[in-house]
Amino acid sequence: MGLTFSEKALGRKAGRTVRAGEVITVSPDYYLSHDNSSAIIGEFKKLGLKKVAAPGKIVIVLDHIVPAADEKYAQNHKTIREFVAEQGIPNFFDIHAGVCHQVFSEASFALPGAVIMGSDSHTTTYGAFGAFAAGVGRTETASLWATDEIWLRVPETLRIEFRGRFPVGVFAKDAILKILGDHGADRANYEAVEFAGPAAGDFSLASRMVLCNMAAEMGAKNGYFEPDGKTIDWLKARARGSYEILKSDPDAKYEAVLTYDLGALEPQIACPHSVDNVKPVSAVAGRPFHQALIGTCTNGRLEDLEVAARILKGRKIHPSVRTLVLPASREVYLEAVKRGLIEIFLEANCVMVNPGCGPCLGAHEGLLAPGEVVVGTSNRNFKGRMGGRDSEIYLASPATVAASAVEGKITDPRTYLS
Amino acid sequence: MKGKIWKYGDNVNTDVIYAGKYTYQQLKPEEMASRALEDLDPAFAKGVRPGDIIVAGRNFGCGSSREQAAACLRAAGVQAVVAKSFARIYFRNAINLGLPVLQCEAAVDALSAGDEAEVDFAGGRIVAGDRIFTFPPLPESIIGILEAGGLIEWTKKKLEHHRTGKPA
Repeated sequence: MGLTFSEKALGRKAGRTVRAGEVITVSPDYYLSHDNSSAIIGEFKKLGLKKVAAPGKIVIVLDHIVPAADEKYAQNHKTIREFVAEQGIPNFFDIHAGVCHQVFSEASFALPGAVIMGSDSHTTTYGAFGAFAAGVGRTETASLWATDEIWLRVPETLRIEFRGRFPVGVFAKDAILKILGDHGADRANYEAVEFAGPAAGDFSLASRMVLCNMAAEMGAKNGYFEPDGKTIDWLKARARGSYEILKSDPDAKYEAVLTYDLGALEPQIACPHSVDNVKPVSAVAGRPFHQALIGTCTNGRLEDLEVAARILKGRKIHPSVRTLVLPASREVYLEAVKRGLIEIFLEANCVMVNPGCGPCLGAHEGLLAPGEVVVGTSNRNFKGRMGGRDSEIYLASPATVAASAVEGKITDPRTYLS
Repeated sequence: MKGKIWKYGDNVNTDVIYAGKYTYQQLKPEEMASRALEDLDPAFAKGVRPGDIIVAGRNFGCGSSREQAAACLRAAGVQAVVAKSFARIYFRNAINLGLPVLQCEAAVDALSAGDEAEVDFAGGRIVAGDRIFTFPPLPESIIGILEAGGLIEWTKKKLEHHRTGKPA
């Protein structure tokens, strides 16, 4: 019987053939952390070591509360900068760079076949490039810094096959929301999710990142797209070291195979307070709201800003709504400036927020008052996440959010794009 | 040790267990305990006593990788979380921080808020009066981490083993 991608990637590290269900100890290629590096440093120091085991494998991106919102956060950042200098950690990205998952991918640490651990649940994003990437906690990252080793259970794999083409106004975000709504927020708990089928290659890398990012919301350990010409072109331009493309065998064993016809989808929206409380946008159209959020590590890339700008061009945000635009990285922001997108956003009365996690996790930069409602492109709508306990979060595609911002109520974007 | 049951539903996520606004503030254990489950059940932090048990449905701890969501419950004195299933990062974090997480569907279905129960870890049983529920033992690979008192202690032993060649 053949092997899945995840069995191959972990087996390569283990130095032998491994199967789903086995627990193995591996030495990953990279481990990511962000503002939580300060807490990780605290745990690392408890171990009584002077030096980290492999400084070149540590990647730190400051993104969660950047620039520092107060003195405590400023101290966290300072602690991290000092540790980076003291340990000689070469891969450090300060507050200018952007959200860790976008920055990590742009700097091409997300290589096909690589095994990556990240102290952030959306580490699954790098599966878009054919890497095995899973989230862990802070203590576990401290242990990785110390030992360069971690135990992992080889996951079973859920395969999701796409066929057909998206209708106008329907995007990768709608596809993953539909899957979440159909199968629930724990459908892929402990599992790998492999996105495949005849239409998988049609997804841009940015869209593959949307699906792999939100595989975390299905409970997945990692997401995966088979690398293809698009992946190789991306890596050619950025090339960091060698890599090995690993693919699932045709006779690999899957826990289950789900199939989706992209042509049959319509715009979707996750309603409060759960990522799997998903409805067609048409079912909640007309609902008024207070804040729109376009961006984040889920939907803050160029194609996302472009479609939002297409809708906002020559229009104004509805006066009852405030709209935040949060590019995923400096690189994305700069390219958006060059293409004139930022001018469109500013003309429309959007507020540009610096690349980073911003209000998505409820720490700063545009939180909600009690009773307020946000419609955003981020990945989580848990109760109270973006501010007041009884505030509400709806999740949708950049097109749906932009169209809704113009109307001042939840709006199906298809009329704006056809 | 007997404790009171606090009962919740499916998909109890890390944001309602420990809000994002506190996640980067590095609070002391007692401060973390006072914010536990703030957005799900404001009565919890005030009413919880050492030894109490949280009983919940599927996918407990889904969402963020923030491990304070496990640490705050341990700081509150929670004896164990019993759920139908756990989100994977939460499961790892809880083990790494020494918060017992037990999967036991029958206990979740049978126990109600306010019931008294105790966990017999060695016997793999949850005992609530004359009602007894068994849970599958944790995989051997992680028992070592729990026995060491969490991942930091376990890693210390492992490093010591590397240095001296003595078995961990």
